[in-house]
Amino acid sequence: MSIPTVRQGSLQLIDAAKTRSRGALYVAEARIRTMVKWLGIIFAIAIANPVLYLISVGIGLGGLIDKSVGPAGVDGVKYLTFLAPALLAQAAIQGTMDETVFPTIEGFKWNRTFYSMNSTPLSGAQISIGVFLAALFRAFYTVLLYFGVMWAFGALESPRAWLAIPTSIFAGASFGALMQSVAAKLEDENYFFVVLGRFIMMPLFLFSGTFFPLTSMPFFLQWIGWISPLWHATELGRYLTYGHAISPTLMWVHFAVLVTMLVSGLILSARLFTKRLAK
Amino acid sequence: MSEYLISARGLTKKFGDFTAVNGIDFDVSKGESFGLLGPNGAGKSTVMRMIGATSQRNAGDLTILGKDPELNGPQIRAHLGVVPQQDSLDMHLSVSENLYIYGRYFGLPRKFVKGKIEELLTFAQLEEKRDAKVEALSGGMKRRLTIARALVSEPEILMLDEPTTGLDPQARHILWDRLFRLKEQGVTLVITTHFMDEAEQLCDRLIVMDKGSIMAEGSPASLIKDYSTKEVLEVRFGSDRNQEVADKLRAMCERIEELPDRVLMYTEDGEALLEKIYASGLHPKTSLVRRSSLEDVFLRLTGRTLIE
Repeated sequence: MSIPTVRQGSLQLIDAAKTRSRGALYVAEARIRTMVKWLGIIFAIAIANPVLYLISVGIGLGGLIDKSVGPAGVDGVKYLTFLAPALLAQAAIQGTMDETVFPTIEGFKWNRTFYSMNSTPLSGAQISIGVFLAALFRAFYTVLLYFGVMWAFGALESPRAWLAIPTSIFAGASFGALMQSVAAKLEDENYFFVVLGRFIMMPLFLFSGTFFPLTSMPFFLQWIGWISPLWHATELGRYLTYGHAISPTLMWVHFAVLVTMLVSGLILSARLFTKRLAK
Repeated sequence: MSEYLISARGLTKKFGDFTAVNGIDFDVSKGESFGLLGPNGAGKSTVMRMIGATSQRNAGDLTILGKDPELNGPQIRAHLGVVPQQDSLDMHLSVSENLYIYGRYFGLPRKFVKGKIEELLTFAQLEEKRDAKVEALSGGMKRRLTIARALVSEPEILMLDEPTTGLDPQARHILWDRLFRLKEQGVTLVITTHFMDEAEQLCDRLIVMDKGSIMAEGSPASLIKDYSTKEVLEVRFGSDRNQEVADKLRAMCERIEELPDRVLMYTEDGEALLEKIYASGLHPKTSLVRRSSLEDVFLRLTGRTLIE
């Protein structure tokens, strides 16, 4: 009968410094391994979503809009060109959401896997960053596929359309980091998903200047866009892809809002992970 | 580095107003199999999490492998193998993937981990399940996998929190066999349990805990010797009559314990005591002579049974 070797007294094997510098990557590696199990489903979502949107909103509604506004276009361009950066950013947000919120609740509560990770040299902060990095990987994969579908539909008129890829990942990263910290704080998720889906995700998607310029909304509803990473990223995306007019000041504001959300989300989440694991 | 692998003095942990661990002292030597015995809620798991260098103490001193866990958590954890009360395996991954990713968390080279997985699958008797999803495993298999996972880094100390709780008798015996082999090999084990038979089988020395404090310390045999008699006579007169005869019985031996369904009588010679009972005209419905166990020690110390 075999007995595993346990070299008592040999501390040579483990290189604690290596985990200190690469721990978050090890966590991300494990998360991506899990994601790969669902790769087919992730792939289907990443393809089906844009196909549905592009057919109904882009071609159906877009055709109607383009016909009625004439050559002036929406914001000076064809409706699909206007819409593309927003849809991409929304796809990135959904992707990072799925891969930060669910694994975080699962790790603390459903399976308690974070506690077993924390029994190794990994720290709470490393676990939190690792989960986040893996979520970015998912966002990148989703956005690339989405982009491919848009290209196939001829929705990417502008030669600089690819610049919407980094802005959408940026949106996903900012929102994902914030949502991860919310999930880390959550003790009871009973109502969370209902609230998240209906009162946060849905309004953000609808009122962030996604389908029409934010300025065409009544002023008292525009604040939703101002706090929405989707709006800020979409504005940047529109500027980069077809030269949508933004003042330099506003451009910095968009950038600063996204960076603030990202950095504060990451710091908060690392702290909450550490605190909750050390209880 | 001190001669002990683990050393605690006045170790205290509070959760708000509740004191989970109340200023306890203990040491664990290299190669020793050390147990924490006590009922649920005694503070055993909290002690384990502090020794595991994840949960921080509120007062007292704690040294693990010569280091303070508050300052050197990751460095200490690098040399511990932890089997938590809940398996907390990654349900989406396969058996071998669970071992692999865990090995990676220690910064172990891929090649080393791959070799180690083979060794551990054999040890845990899971060779045929290597590609199975963890979800599909039985409780005993999951438990063995969790132990195998804790061994992937060749730890200095293996810590097991309630290793066989929730397992059927056969699965428990397989697990005990695996743990006993590790113990024979000289691996330092720290085990919590509320099963006295488990503590007797696996522990060289143990502390008996209740309500966050240590009630007694010693080897299973010495604890039984110090806190109980050689034999125990269990008699049942029917739940309504046990109370009635208790006073008579008390006069016949060193000590008795009245439980709801039976009376335990502590004595050096159980058979002789039983004859004495019959001679006095009492006729118990059933009787049983057995040797004293840690359960009796606990009962003596706390007035309560381990499993309530």
